Amino acid sequence: MPFTAKSGKFNAKINAVTMGTGDKAITIGGENVLPFYTFDEAIENAPKVGIEITDGGMEAEPECIQKCYEGCASVVDMAKKAATFEGVDFLSIRLEGGDPNGKNKSTEELIALVNDVAAAVDLPLVVCGCKNVEKDAELLDKAAAALAGKNAVILAAKEENYKTVGASAGLAYKQVVGAESAVDINLAKQLNVLLTQLGVSGQSVVMNVGTASAGYGFEYVVSTMDRVKAAALSQSDATLQMPIITPVASEVWNVKEAAASEADMPEWGNQEERGVDMEIETAAAVLAAGSNAVILRHPESVKTISTLVKELV
Amino acid sequence: MALKGLDIFKLSPKKNCKECGSPTCMAFSMKVAQGAVSVDACPYFSEDAKAQLNEATAPPMKTVKIGAGENEMTLGGETVLFRHEKTFVNKTRYAVSVCSCMDDAEIDAKLAAVPKVDYERIGERMFVEMIYVNYDAASGKDKYLELVKKAAAVGRVLILGCDDADVAKEAVALVKDAKPVLNGANASNYEAMNAVATGAGIALGVQGKDINELYDTVAALEKLGNKNLLIDAGSNSIKDAFATAVQFRKAAIKDGDRTCGYPSIVRACCLAKGNAHLQAALASLFTMKYGSIVVLEQLGYAEALPLYGLRQNLFTDPQKPMKVEPGIYPLNGADENSICVTTVDFALTYFVVSGELERSGVPLNLIINDAGGLSVLTSWAAGKFSAGTIEKFFKEQDIEGKIKSRKLVIPGKVAVLKGELEAKLPGWEIIIAPNEAVQLVKFMKDLTA
Repeated sequence: MPFTAKSGKFNAKINAVTMGTGDKAITIGGENVLPFYTFDEAIENAPKVGIEITDGGMEAEPECIQKCYEGCASVVDMAKKAATFEGVDFLSIRLEGGDPNGKNKSTEELIALVNDVAAAVDLPLVVCGCKNVEKDAELLDKAAAALAGKNAVILAAKEENYKTVGASAGLAYKQVVGAESAVDINLAKQLNVLLTQLGVSGQSVVMNVGTASAGYGFEYVVSTMDRVKAAALSQSDATLQMPIITPVASEVWNVKEAAASEADMPEWGNQEERGVDMEIETAAAVLAAGSNAVILRHPESVKTISTLVKELV
Repeated sequence: MALKGLDIFKLSPKKNCKECGSPTCMAFSMKVAQGAVSVDACPYFSEDAKAQLNEATAPPMKTVKIGAGENEMTLGGETVLFRHEKTFVNKTRYAVSVCSCMDDAEIDAKLAAVPKVDYERIGERMFVEMIYVNYDAASGKDKYLELVKKAAAVGRVLILGCDDADVAKEAVALVKDAKPVLNGANASNYEAMNAVATGAGIALGVQGKDINELYDTVAALEKLGNKNLLIDAGSNSIKDAFATAVQFRKAAIKDGDRTCGYPSIVRACCLAKGNAHLQAALASLFTMKYGSIVVLEQLGYAEALPLYGLRQNLFTDPQKPMKVEPGIYPLNGADENSICVTTVDFALTYFVVSGELERSGVPLNLIINDAGGLSVLTSWAAGKFSAGTIEKFFKEQDIEGKIKSRKLVIPGKVAVLKGELEAKLPGWEIIIAPNEAVQLVKFMKDLTA
C-alpha cells in the first residue's frame, strides 16, 4: 500500500507582487501552499534573492565582502558589479548614512546616489531607509519620487511614518510599499490595515515582519512567520496575504559570530566563513519559515541560497 | 488522540466488580481517560481491548532512545507541526560522517575534528553529538570494522550506515553496548536487518528509493513487530528529502498515520554533493523542518555557531523564556574601574543589549540581574526588577567589592527607578540609558567621550 498524503493546498493564496519593470522584473508570492511544499501544489514563483549595498560604499563593507568588489571606485560601480553576481534577482540599496545619529548625510546627496544606481542597473530595486523614522519619512518619500516608473520596493513604512511613506510610495508614485513591523503578527496585520485604509492597494504591499540572526531570539521570527502564513492561507486573512521580504544582511553581519576577528576568537577560525554561514543559515531558516524574498550581502551567500531555492522549487 | 471515557467504557468488561477500586466500570473508564489510573488496574480488561486502548492513546510520533549512559538521547516524540502550537520536545542532533571509502589520513583528520566544536551557549552544551559511519562495499568488511572501532573511540553515539546485514551484524556486535543506530534497512534486506537491530536492541533506520517504498518498508517492519525505527529521508534530491521529511511528519501528526510517526535522519552530506555552503543551508532547513538527525560532511565553528543558536531558539518552550546566568559580564576588555550597565536576564534582552554594547567598543561591566527571565518592562511590572531587587542583587553578588566604578547605567524604560536607586545605592551615580538598544552605541560613546 503506497503512501497517501492528504494535500495541504489551501483555497487562499499569497498575493503575487511584481518588482521592477521590463525583462528583469520578478514576481514574488502567488503560492497557495506552505513554503517549499511543492508536493502539495507547484509553486509558481520561487522565492527571490537580492544583494545589498549601502551608500557607505566599500568602507561600510566587512573586509571579506570588499574583496568581492575589488576595483570598484564608487557605489555605482559596486551596484554594477553586484548585478553580475550569480543568483542575484534584485538589488537593494540601504541608505544607512542618512541616520542623524550616524553620518547624517543629506537627503539630496542620498537621492542623487539612488538616481545614479537606478540609471546604472536594470535589476528590480529595493530602497531601504536608515532606521530613523523621521529621516526615513523624508528619505523614502524622495526615493519613491526619484524612482517613479521603476516599480521599486520602498522598505519600509513603519507604524510611525506609514502615512508619509505609504502615501508617497503607494499612492503618488505607484511603487511597491514595504510594511515593516517588529516580529508580532498583530503589529504586521495592523500596519497592513492602516496602509490599505490610507488607500494603498494591498496588492502592492510587501511585508518585512522583522528578523533576527539565528540564535538571537530567532524563535520569535519563526513563530511570527508561521502564524502569518497560517492566517493568510488557512484562514484566508486578506490583511496578511502580502508576500514577505526579509533583509537578512543588515542583521547577521553585526553579531559577534560574524563580526569577531580571527585574532580575537582564534578557535572560531576564519571570519569570512563564519559570516557567510551565519548569513546562509539565517536565510535558509527565514525562507523555510515563509519569506518570499531575502536580502543578503555576501555574493557567496546569494549564490548558495539561490541554488537551494532552485533545488527546492 | 485522547480517548473519551465512553470509548473506553465500551471496551471495558462492564462487570462493576469494584476490584479496581472504582465503584463502577463507567467511573473507572472516566479515570483512565483522564490518565488518573492505568487500565492495568482492572483484572478483567481483555488483552485485545488493552492493545486497542494502547494503540489509541499512544502519541502520534514514537520517542526513540539512542546511545547509552551519558550519551543517551531521545529523538522524536513530537506532537505538533509548528512551535507556537505547543513545543518541539526533542531537538535535532547533528552527526559528522566518515566512510570506509576514505583513506586513513582523511578519516583521522575528520575524527580528530569532531571534539573540537564543544562550547556552552546559554546553559546548553553544544557539540557534535554523533558520528555517521558509512560502509563502502568496495573497500571491504575489515576496513569498515576497523573504522567502526576507531569512530567508537571518539566517544560519540554512532550511526552505522550499512545495508549489508552480515557486515552490519559484525559492526553492531563491536559497539552494541553503546546503543548505536543501524541505518540501512530497505525493501530487499529489511528482514535480515531487522534481526540484527532487534537482536542488539538498537534503533533501525529505514530507507527507500522513493517515499512509497519507504512507507511500505516501514509498514513491513512494523508487521515484524519492530517499532524502534527511524526514517531516512533519502539521498535522491533535496526536493525529495524535504518532501519526505515534511510529509511523514504531517501525516503522523495531522492525519494520525502511525506508520509515518518516527524520527527522521537527513543525510545532508549526500544531498549537498560536496558544496559546503549548500550543506550549511540544508542543515538549517532541516533543523527548521523536521530533521531529528542531520548528517553533515563536516561541522566546524563556522557552521556550528549559527546552527546551534538556531536549534536552541527553535526548541525552547514558548511558554518559558530563555534566561542567561545573572552576574557580571565584563565587555570590551573592562576592568573593575569600568562603568557599569545593568539590565535583566531575559536572553533576548541580553543578546540585543550586549551586542550593541560590544559594538560601542566602550569597556564596561554588564550586570545581569536575576529578573526571572522576563523582559525589562515585564519584570518591572511583576516587581522582579525594581530598586529593591537591584539593591539586593548588588549585595548578594558583592558588586561594590568587585567593582570600583560608581556609575550605573539603567535601561531607559525603567527611568522611574532612578530616584529610588540613588537612595538605595548611596554613592552611585545613576544614569538613564536610551529606550532602544540600537541607540546604545552612540550613547555609550558620548557618555565616555
